[in-house]
Amino acid sequence: METTDLIFRIVLIVVIFAISLVVAMYSTYAERKVAAFFQDRIGPNRAGPWGILQPLADGGKMFLKEEIIPTNATGFLFIVGPSLAILTACIGSAVIPWGSAIAIGGHTFDLQVTDINVGVLYIFGVVSLGVYGIMIGGWASNNKYSLLGAIRAASQNISYEISMGLSIIALLMLTGTLSLKEIAEQQHGFAWNVWRQPLGFILFLVCAFAETNRSPFDLPECETELVGGYHTEYSSMKLGFYLFAEYINMFISSAVMATLYWGGYNYPFMDNFAAWAGPNPAAIFGVVVLFGKIFFSIFFFMWVRWTIPRFRYDQLMDLGWKILIPLAIANIVLTGVISTLLK
Amino acid sequence: MESLSNKRKVLEVKPLNFLERAYLPAIVGGLSTTMKHFFKKPVTISYPEEKREFSENFRGMHSLKRDENGKERCTACGLCALSCPAEAITMTAAERQKGEEHLYREEKYAAVYEINMLRCIFCGLCEEACPKEAIYLDGDIVPSDYLRKDFIYGKDKLVEAPLNQ
Repeated sequence: METTDLIFRIVLIVVIFAISLVVAMYSTYAERKVAAFFQDRIGPNRAGPWGILQPLADGGKMFLKEEIIPTNATGFLFIVGPSLAILTACIGSAVIPWGSAIAIGGHTFDLQVTDINVGVLYIFGVVSLGVYGIMIGGWASNNKYSLLGAIRAASQNISYEISMGLSIIALLMLTGTLSLKEIAEQQHGFAWNVWRQPLGFILFLVCAFAETNRSPFDLPECETELVGGYHTEYSSMKLGFYLFAEYINMFISSAVMATLYWGGYNYPFMDNFAAWAGPNPAAIFGVVVLFGKIFFSIFFFMWVRWTIPRFRYDQLMDLGWKILIPLAIANIVLTGVISTLLK
Repeated sequence: MESLSNKRKVLEVKPLNFLERAYLPAIVGGLSTTMKHFFKKPVTISYPEEKREFSENFRGMHSLKRDENGKERCTACGLCALSCPAEAITMTAAERQKGEEHLYREEKYAAVYEINMLRCIFCGLCEEACPKEAIYLDGDIVPSDYLRKDFIYGKDKLVEAPLNQ
């Protein structure tokens, strides 16, 4: 690896890390604003103009809160829990292609930290690690509510990972590759995968809601039943990490969804635009487009949260095992039959 | 059992059809409902920058009135305190001295007049009881404060500003 390449990678890692943290930070603000608009309210508007400094105030508050570790908690694991949650949330962004290559001074740089040929598998691995943060935190709290929340999170994530994987398989049968970069490149222009895999996308979307513990699948932190769920005993920045991890997860899963189904950084008439404006501006515009897709997706997550009531636990399991998995398998069969017939 | 009104409506519980069982159409309907609210004007009134319009007979903070010459009307008769159902009003009467004629209208006046705003229920019985038209609940909403003792309003807060000569 050349030195310039190495430097570019390091810069890219730092930038992506910063962006995901800032996006997560402002997602908390956006969540409150969006919730307010959906409920005919104004939302936070005291900290700075339109309340845009609210996340800083919230973060500052989180840092200054008293750090409580319960006497009967398992001290080490109690700290490992939120750390693992935020770590796994952050490393998922490594394989996402943020844009097509840009050329600076004769070098071409990929706007992707690393293009591993099993990118989809990597994402799945990281996502399934994410449940350990919740599980360890809930168990180490030594509290019934925390443990119940953690158990719910674990069984929910495991159940929905199956149908998520199955819904992806149908997509992979069409793309023929596991590398996210190649998948993004295949969707050049307007040939987005969602047109070929509408059912697969809906299945993936439902599973993404369940994997990020977002409403209507937010049973692990269901306030009316479990106080705070797995983070009942947490306070200060450790609680902040759990909440933050949820928003980073939302950002990453939106990015994955955009890359897999909504064409990633591709947009209609991109060749015409590239011919008119040059390759570098076109690539940068592609990044903007990708972020537009991601932000819309995050907005959709919030939109659903403030619309649909939470599922009951047996309904959740019914949906996961009896509906999503058969549908995903039917989708695989259907995809196989149609792609064979069309060949 | 026969109902008294003889009205009855037989409810039929039909099994859900396929579209209803598929959840998704219902979810889309719900999403469109919330989206309609997204563009509605917020109903919030940002108090205290913005104030709701009060009705004409709104009863707010009390004020002790002065007459047309700027003398205090209150004679400390105690009828307001007697009429107060919440027992929020207390007062101490004093005799008007020579040279104070421009301050108080009658020979007797309230040296101390206190209303506990935490007790007051803003019923307006004091203003009805007052024979001298000295007290009216024509003020604003009582502002918030940190300590209980700060809600006991004395004459410094209650008496109207003196007339400008």
